[in-house]
Amino acid sequence: MKKSSFAQKLMNAPYIIWSVLFIVAPLIMVIYYAFTDSTGAFTLSNIAQIGDYATTFVLSISYGAIATVICLLIAYPFAYFLAQTKASFQSVATMLVMLPMWMSFLIRTYSWITILGESGVINSFLGLFGIEPLQMLNTGGAVILGMVYNFLPYMILPLYTAMSKMDKSLIEAAQDLGCNKFYCLRKVIFPLTIPGIASGVTMVFVPSVSTFYISQKLGGGQITLIGDVIEGQFQTAYNYNLGAALSLVLMVMILICLGVLNYFTDSDDDGGVLI
Amino acid sequence: MKNKPVIIDLKNISVSFENQKILNNISLYIRDGEFLTLLGPSGCGKTTTLRIIAGFLQQDSGDVIFEGKNINGVPAYKRQVNTIFQRYALFPHLNVYENIAFGLRLKKWKEDAIKEKVSEMLTLVNLKGFGPRRIDSLSGGQQQRVAIARALAVNPRVVLLDEPLGALDLKLRKDMQIELKNIQQKLGITFIYVTHDQEEALSMSDTVVVMDGGEIQQIGTPLDIYNEPKNAFVADFIGESNILDGVMKEDFTVEFNNIKFQCVDKGFKKNEPVDVVIRPEDIDVVAPEDGMLQGTVTSVTFKGVHYEIIVDIDNFKWMIQTTEKSEVGDVIGISIDPDEMHIMKKSQYSGLYGDYSSFSDEFDELSEA
Repeated sequence: MKKSSFAQKLMNAPYIIWSVLFIVAPLIMVIYYAFTDSTGAFTLSNIAQIGDYATTFVLSISYGAIATVICLLIAYPFAYFLAQTKASFQSVATMLVMLPMWMSFLIRTYSWITILGESGVINSFLGLFGIEPLQMLNTGGAVILGMVYNFLPYMILPLYTAMSKMDKSLIEAAQDLGCNKFYCLRKVIFPLTIPGIASGVTMVFVPSVSTFYISQKLGGGQITLIGDVIEGQFQTAYNYNLGAALSLVLMVMILICLGVLNYFTDSDDDGGVLI
Repeated sequence: MKNKPVIIDLKNISVSFENQKILNNISLYIRDGEFLTLLGPSGCGKTTTLRIIAGFLQQDSGDVIFEGKNINGVPAYKRQVNTIFQRYALFPHLNVYENIAFGLRLKKWKEDAIKEKVSEMLTLVNLKGFGPRRIDSLSGGQQQRVAIARALAVNPRVVLLDEPLGALDLKLRKDMQIELKNIQQKLGITFIYVTHDQEEALSMSDTVVVMDGGEIQQIGTPLDIYNEPKNAFVADFIGESNILDGVMKEDFTVEFNNIKFQCVDKGFKKNEPVDVVIRPEDIDVVAPEDGMLQGTVTSVTFKGVHYEIIVDIDNFKWMIQTTEKSEVGDVIGISIDPDEMHIMKKSQYSGLYGDYSSFSDEFDELSEA
């Protein structure tokens, strides 16, 4: 490898400054707050309090996991069939998948209240048939629905990319050697799309676990996720130290979850598949 | 070869894509153990024919018969044919061993039988000890060998090869041609080979099927195809040819350049217009006064074994391959033996090929590449 010249280093400078300012510095601050008290003295008491939130952590991770699995189950067949359609249809369809992202995440989530609410679209429709309003809003189901709805495109796009990049003659080769459709999927398509699955899972699981807006709006205070607790510490309790400690632990837990995922999906190479 | 049973019989196969005819009423049979080549320029329908036999594509009309049984609609995975793909199509997530074992595992072979078969295949393609290697650590030639081993491991009755050597460099391609032919003879399996390289087709095949425009132009042994081309397309596509406009005066007499020549062909109508094919290597250069025809040399190219000269005879440019040296501007005579003239019926290709007036070596090489 040739040594990079000064000019090349200079070209990298904006990226390095950006990383330091917006990734490294906040991370250091989180760690600093997590291990200090309000006077700035070193303490482990914040970390020690984490135990009180164990059930919230478990709930958040379970909700995130459920939403991720649902996204995967919807997105995988969708991406599979999409990749086999005509190129012109594919570009329209991928644009439609991305279209909701052009609108504010907050507005999209808010609109679900008017759909699911007691006098919302669904219940009004059911009312026409004399059916009592269903309790849909402010349930765990609504929160998971919100996660699936908001993060589904992040699952579809990497899967679609992985599927459309795959050499079609590999599928023919598999059929040629005796694979029916099912074996083809299991022995060739699935292993070759694992990098896509890994990045899709990451991009859905991470924001789902740490969300607070979706649980507040669609859970109506009934469902408290770890994101809500962290937000509360910063916004209402002004306990930055405990908030930072919770964030740090959440971050470590997500990393462990993804590490486990990678351990099972990594086929001895493809190191940088995440993100 | 002639007494072997027919293994694959294609009957009146037609295929169209978006109103464009790709195959137009193709009929063809292949004998067990035969090395048959589908030869033609790109877009002639040769790969489409192969894909229909493999089962990747359904014909619009016609029948595919395998050992007497109609296999229309039988999916690829149930057919006893295996394909060696142009770009190998090896599974990148599996190593060499697992690629070759892929078909055997689907057939639920026992692990020790698989092990034995894979090592037998690796020996066959000269890749002993490559089992644990990753696919992307192999060179193109090695990947090609793995693809061959993978297709042969499942004991196919027929192997389909879609321009398998197209991506290899010339030297490697020549070696692999010999190796493929050896493997085919050793195992006695039917090979159906697709290529646009006429030299490859002539040197490897038992039977050559020349295709153009979705139709079969000629089926025959390499010798037949070269010596007795059926029309101007075949004569031009296989080797070099001077193709002249002629008239068959009567049996054994043909007229071109306003001169009557003796030939060995008969069975044409009296005064029937014909195409006359004369191969460049069959023409003898003689002194002008001894020649049947006289012309002026317009270009001389040294080719190693021989000179390739272009001679203008009555405004028609002939290509002649000769060991006699001549200079541009020389007036020479040419002499042709009666059995070196091949007479063909007129076809849609008449007049399109066989004149070297726009000939240029560079252009020829470019179009072959």
